[in-house]
Amino acid sequence: MLSLLVRRRRLLHHLLLPLFRPFPMAPSQPRTKSRNPLLIPGIGKFSRSKMYHKRGIWAIKAKHGGAFPRHDPKPASPEPASKKPPKFYPADDVKTPVPNRRKPKPAKLRASITPGTVLILLAGRFMGKRVVFLKQLSSGLLLITGPFTVNGVPLRRVNQSYVVATSTKIDISGVNVDKFDDKYFKKEKKERYKKSESSFFEAEQETKKLPKERKEDQKVVDTPLIKAIEAVENMRGYLGTKFTLRSGVKPHELVF
Amino acid sequence: MVKERKHDRVRLFVRGRVLGYKRSKSNQYENTSLVQIEGVSTKEEVDWYLGKRLAYIYKCKTKKNDSNVRCIWGKVTRPHGNSGVVRAKFKTNLPPKSMGQKVRVFMYPSNI
Repeated sequence: MLSLLVRRRRLLHHLLLPLFRPFPMAPSQPRTKSRNPLLIPGIGKFSRSKMYHKRGIWAIKAKHGGAFPRHDPKPASPEPASKKPPKFYPADDVKTPVPNRRKPKPAKLRASITPGTVLILLAGRFMGKRVVFLKQLSSGLLLITGPFTVNGVPLRRVNQSYVVATSTKIDISGVNVDKFDDKYFKKEKKERYKKSESSFFEAEQETKKLPKERKEDQKVVDTPLIKAIEAVENMRGYLGTKFTLRSGVKPHELVF
Repeated sequence: MVKERKHDRVRLFVRGRVLGYKRSKSNQYENTSLVQIEGVSTKEEVDWYLGKRLAYIYKCKTKKNDSNVRCIWGKVTRPHGNSGVVRAKFKTNLPPKSMGQKVRVFMYPSNI
């Protein structure tokens, strides 16, 4: 049995604690460690009543007039009076598919590919051409340019897997590629013609014309590039030539 | 009459030969073909070619998509033995007449 003095001291301490150490209203950073250290998994050091005191439930109750603050759920909005029964009930219970929350990341850029690297295209319309790498777009595709006047390759997107990176680098510090992204290259959607015979035949006659902006953008990107290319001996000829395998040349032995 | 050469010819593939199907003495497994890649003579050299795409190209009498030339795509899957022969799987199994025929081993998907 605790002595009267000890009990009185404890009671005073309990009541006067707020005066001695006024604790802050709410911690700026939430407490991460538990106030109840584990002795053994499943058994804490402090009893329920001790924990009640430690957590300050008594203080919260005192602040809210004797009861722990409750947040009752909002009353549900009344359902619309006229709710039609569904037209169709599936025969068996249909499982709802789990929503796909996967967001694919853009392809990791190989260490050998840095802005200004000369790449060799391995497939497609411009296969074999040596081309300058500008930047990687958010979809993971690589933005490249011939430059156009050197080898006829315009600003284009290419997949990393269809490209061999050479060790040749060109200085592209003078080029501003910020305005190019995947949206720039997106194909315009063809207007869906209404199903009538006359329009069906008319639609075929539209010819594709390269918009002026594309041509201008090409020039803007290419001019500083060409300056950098002219500065290096033989670079222009190099970029103008195509890569090809010859008899006796083994790609697994080549150093690019 | 000669069509104007719009693109100079470049070869961006390695030549290969189809040797036959994967087989034991008296059983063959047509889902995997064996391919000999030109210039590859050891198992270590094959590493570069793993995963590279293959095309078996052949000609036919009838025209499909405006062309008499047809193609079966495949991939290099693994080495076969110690001497640089390679196992390959194609989208559809290669026809038996492909034995001894040429195959193109492309340089993509590239990892250089």
